[in-house]
Amino acid sequence: MRFIDPHIHMSARTTDDYEQMAAAGIVALIEPAFWLGQPRTNAGSYLDYLSSLVGWERFRAAQFGIRHYCAIGLNAKEANNEALAEEVIALLPRYLLKEGVVALGEIGFDDQSAAEDKYYRAQLEMAKELDMVVMVHTPHRDKKTGTSLSMDIAVEHGLAPSRVIIDHNNEETVEEVLTRGFWAAFTLYPHTKMGNERMVEIARRYGSERIFIDSSSDWGVSDPLAVPKTARLMLDRGIKAEDVEKISYRNALAAYGQTGQIKESDWLDPTPVDQRTLFEGNSVLRGQQPRVGEPPAPSEKLGSVVFK
Amino acid sequence: MTPRELLVRWLVRQLSPEAMTWLEKSLAQLRTSGKDADLYMAVSLAARKAGKADLALSEADVRDAQAARAGWDPRGWSADQAARVALLLSLDNDPGRLSRCLDQLCITADVSELAAFYRGLPLYPDPPRYLARATEGLRTNMKNVFEAIAHRNPYPSEQFPEAAWNQMVLKAVFIGLALWPIANLDRRANAALARMLRDYAHERWAAGRPVSPELWRCVGPHANEAMLQDLEKVLGQGTEPERKAAALALHASRDPAAAALLRHSPDLARAAAAGELNWQNLAITA
Repeated sequence: MRFIDPHIHMSARTTDDYEQMAAAGIVALIEPAFWLGQPRTNAGSYLDYLSSLVGWERFRAAQFGIRHYCAIGLNAKEANNEALAEEVIALLPRYLLKEGVVALGEIGFDDQSAAEDKYYRAQLEMAKELDMVVMVHTPHRDKKTGTSLSMDIAVEHGLAPSRVIIDHNNEETVEEVLTRGFWAAFTLYPHTKMGNERMVEIARRYGSERIFIDSSSDWGVSDPLAVPKTARLMLDRGIKAEDVEKISYRNALAAYGQTGQIKESDWLDPTPVDQRTLFEGNSVLRGQQPRVGEPPAPSEKLGSVVFK
Repeated sequence: MTPRELLVRWLVRQLSPEAMTWLEKSLAQLRTSGKDADLYMAVSLAARKAGKADLALSEADVRDAQAARAGWDPRGWSADQAARVALLLSLDNDPGRLSRCLDQLCITADVSELAAFYRGLPLYPDPPRYLARATEGLRTNMKNVFEAIAHRNPYPSEQFPEAAWNQMVLKAVFIGLALWPIANLDRRANAALARMLRDYAHERWAAGRPVSPELWRCVGPHANEAMLQDLEKVLGQGTEPERKAAALALHASRDPAAAALLRHSPDLARAAAAGELNWQNLAITA
């Protein structure tokens, strides 16, 4: 079984994680631009970080047989530094149309401040102009209100809900997100966000339409195997295999693949130039046929699949 | 034909009509547009417009490339790389601007774009301008980017001072890249490089690790007494590829002592002299 982790901050993760992710069946991931854990104070460091998402990190992932894609944008926290935000907004066009940039993101609200509002709207306009898909980060504090507000503003600026992924959902937000026609992504992140037993129940209740999962694994205590673990748990607890496949692979591909910058053939049948430059020496991506329709093979590396 | 015209001709053969229209419009627009942002946008779009298929090049195409720019080897270029370099070359009437734009593009480049920009080094006007950019490029950890500068690219052999050249060859050995595709490798052999490579071989032996047979290629022509002793040891005790490499290296040395050593392996000496044994058919990767 193949997996995609459509929201993970690999710049903060080690090669041990890449090895384990590859062994667990993750074939592709999306790394959205985020903050570093402490604020950037000049646009130059932001620019260099964005370059690393399309450069070194993409190359690094490939050494483990994983295709790396990214979302580019000004995140909610750093929108509050307006001088910095102005400069970053101006340099985004240099990245947004590059190969493998699947969305503008992750953008949205953190404190729901005026500055965050201003730059969320500015980036929605950019996404609309460039016909891009948008990855929306919903706030961890006052989440239900912030999520509704994020959707209201997206609609106000003329984005089609099918082009917007609302991420970090929970039991309180999921219904409105689905009803209004947006994609609903769930972040399986121990303690502070969703636990995966709860995710199983969400899948049981709402099904698999427009629902998918990610780990948002970053520099905190988080699990880069959250997606395969949750898929396994779902199967163990009676969710149908075809729904699990959609929730852990196919829906994320459909949502972020709308602009053609992530395609299944990228890992199933890579171009010769990609084989040579990204995957030299890695047998995983030498046009090898994947096993279709099989549940994930038992792996000691997964360990316990449940986290709270 | 100019290199840019050749690139366009090769692309016409394999791009879809819409893609070709986009490319030709972009090239024309960039000739007159003063805005760097237009170039950056077009270069960004090249992968999705031109696709990533390898250029389908015939022997005649390779000869045309050689004729347009001596030493230029376009084999291994892909369509997106060709399109990107063609777009950059639409600025070639203003070398200062092209160089400035290239720096900005390298600063924000993705891993595939970087390889394209460095592949184009032999084609940019006023070559010495790009020396800092090229040596900076070699500092990369990304093997494909290093390879775009070091392999099938005449720029380093033509423009690099000795110290930069030596660091490139040594790093190629260090990261396990083949040496035989480095353009003009033999022409730039020098004593300092021989010394560095010999020291590296000793470091590897002390660690119980293998030494790439190709390493001796750059030692032979400048082999001093200590190096000749090393070559004698490899000739006598090495694996088959190592013995062949030692024989070729000794054959390249003008020192009569080298010829004397080689006489201990008459078959290899004869094969080297006859050209039956050469670095190309050794084709070693570390």
